[in-house]
Amino acid sequence: MTSSTAPASQRTNRPASLHDRSPLRSVYRALGYLALLAASAFVLLPFVWMIVASLKGNNQVFTVPIEWIPNPVKWGNYIEIWKKSQMLLWTRNTLFLAVVIAFLQVFTGSFAAYGFSKMRFRGRDALFLAYVSTIAVPWQAYMVPQFIIFSKVHLTNTLWAMIALQAFGAFGVFLMKQYFESIPDELVEAARVDGLNEYGIYRRIMLPLAIPAIAALALLTFITVWNDYLGPLVYLRNHDIWTIQIGLSSFINQYNAEYALIMTGSVLSVIPIALIFGFGQRYFVEGVAGTGLKG
Amino acid sequence: MVTTSRRPARKRSALRRHATRVGWSFILPNFIGFGLITLLPVLVLFYMAFTEWSAFGSPEFIGLDNFKRLIGDGGFRTALTNTFYYSSVHIPVTLFTSLGLALLLNTKLRGVTFFRTAAFFPYITSIVAIAAVWNQLFSADGVMNQLVGLIGINLDKGWTANSTLAMPALILVSVWRDTGFFMLLYLAGLQTVPRVLHEAAYTDGATTVQRFRYVTWPCLRPTTFFVTVYLTIQSLKVFDLVLLLTRGGPGRSTVVLSQFIYQKGIVEFQYGYASAAAMVLFFLSLGITIIQFLVNRRTAP
Repeated sequence: MTSSTAPASQRTNRPASLHDRSPLRSVYRALGYLALLAASAFVLLPFVWMIVASLKGNNQVFTVPIEWIPNPVKWGNYIEIWKKSQMLLWTRNTLFLAVVIAFLQVFTGSFAAYGFSKMRFRGRDALFLAYVSTIAVPWQAYMVPQFIIFSKVHLTNTLWAMIALQAFGAFGVFLMKQYFESIPDELVEAARVDGLNEYGIYRRIMLPLAIPAIAALALLTFITVWNDYLGPLVYLRNHDIWTIQIGLSSFINQYNAEYALIMTGSVLSVIPIALIFGFGQRYFVEGVAGTGLKG
Repeated sequence: MVTTSRRPARKRSALRRHATRVGWSFILPNFIGFGLITLLPVLVLFYMAFTEWSAFGSPEFIGLDNFKRLIGDGGFRTALTNTFYYSSVHIPVTLFTSLGLALLLNTKLRGVTFFRTAAFFPYITSIVAIAAVWNQLFSADGVMNQLVGLIGINLDKGWTANSTLAMPALILVSVWRDTGFFMLLYLAGLQTVPRVLHEAAYTDGATTVQRFRYVTWPCLRPTTFFVTVYLTIQSLKVFDLVLLLTRGGPGRSTVVLSQFIYQKGIVEFQYGYASAAAMVLFFLSLGITIIQFLVNRRTAP
């Protein structure tokens, strides 16, 4: 319908933007912007609320109509939260876990991925099948036997349980394998001919080439550990070893009428993730999209 | 003569053994952890589901009794029904919104890059903070009630305190959280759609709708398949959001399968009974995934 109004030369060169100047096209564009605007509002509303409410006095949080600009701005919430909760301790515990687990996950994941992608040996495919088959099995289905096994070896209620739980995930193996497979086999063969053994090839050739994948895996693992709520809920009873999520949720239960402070704690718990996401966004999107599609 | 012909063979098998040893040495650091923390519990689950076992005492084999008890357990049936309710809405709605947004973002509108970043952020925001915010948005004087008040619906209770609205509220938050992630997958999928096909369809006079129906949608098939599988597993195992947003309430209106397992196993120490319920989740996830794979293979062009 609109195609008849467009010059033929334009049609062959830029088919997607063909009906640029037709009135229907501008209606489409307007509708597109409207949809984008509505979606943005929906996506961002909770974050706006979080920040705004964290800067209000407690009895200003729920007003009809809602005050979207806090007046007066109450920065004091951001001091009070440290006094009322053990945010510092929780953050320290979580940081420790996140760094250790990210390191272990990157190391064991990339090591195994090298074996799966660049070597041929007996039992390899059977081993890989074991990894693949667990994709469809949610943790919730085996958390009870896992909890019992952990308690038999006295791992429950320790930070070691958290490390064991997340350091050996299949996800890291998949992500690294995916990346290693994009590195040509000829490179590995050439190194073998030159007399480098497999460990040398892994360390001197594959790892340096896989920096983007390692960054993606480390960042994703860090975020997973930082955000994990169920693991600590099941395993960590002792308050000294609480992580940020379990600590924050207990704070929310304890001070359930301190609406403004709850939002202050939430904002603080999200800031590190926002920073990491801001800096490593490229790695993220590629890591997620890459493994998502092919893994 | 015999020795000369045998030596290379022996050498070859020694080489192969060496390769196997080296190969396994690469896998083992991860596999030992993976085996002990994931595979072993799954095996133990198969045994435990057929036993009577509490925190104190030892497991006692009771055959199918746990499963018979599950069938008669109203709490379990509610949990299962709620899980299906959640999944049957969450899966199609998330699929629709993520594909819709991906198509929107694949155009040349301004602000697209910003939106892609923004939409992904909920997915990596901690579930505790998410639940805390939405609890306030859903509360009696919260934003959601004021919003629906604009179109003349006046609710005096918060959404999560209302047994009809609690599940829709839960699904709304899930869709809000997951859409950005699946949208990214769809965006990646859209880049694989050959441009020539669109041009050809265009020259033949196909409308926008027809081009989506006959070009884009078939090309997105692998992505849609993966998204569906992933969404299904994610829906069936839903747990933390429920725990933080509604705790299964009000009443039992939002209790889900994972929560039932957690309650029986970790809170009430009924290890055997919880394992039987966990077996249901196990076979539900695995079974549906396998069916999806089979259907995908059969209908593949």
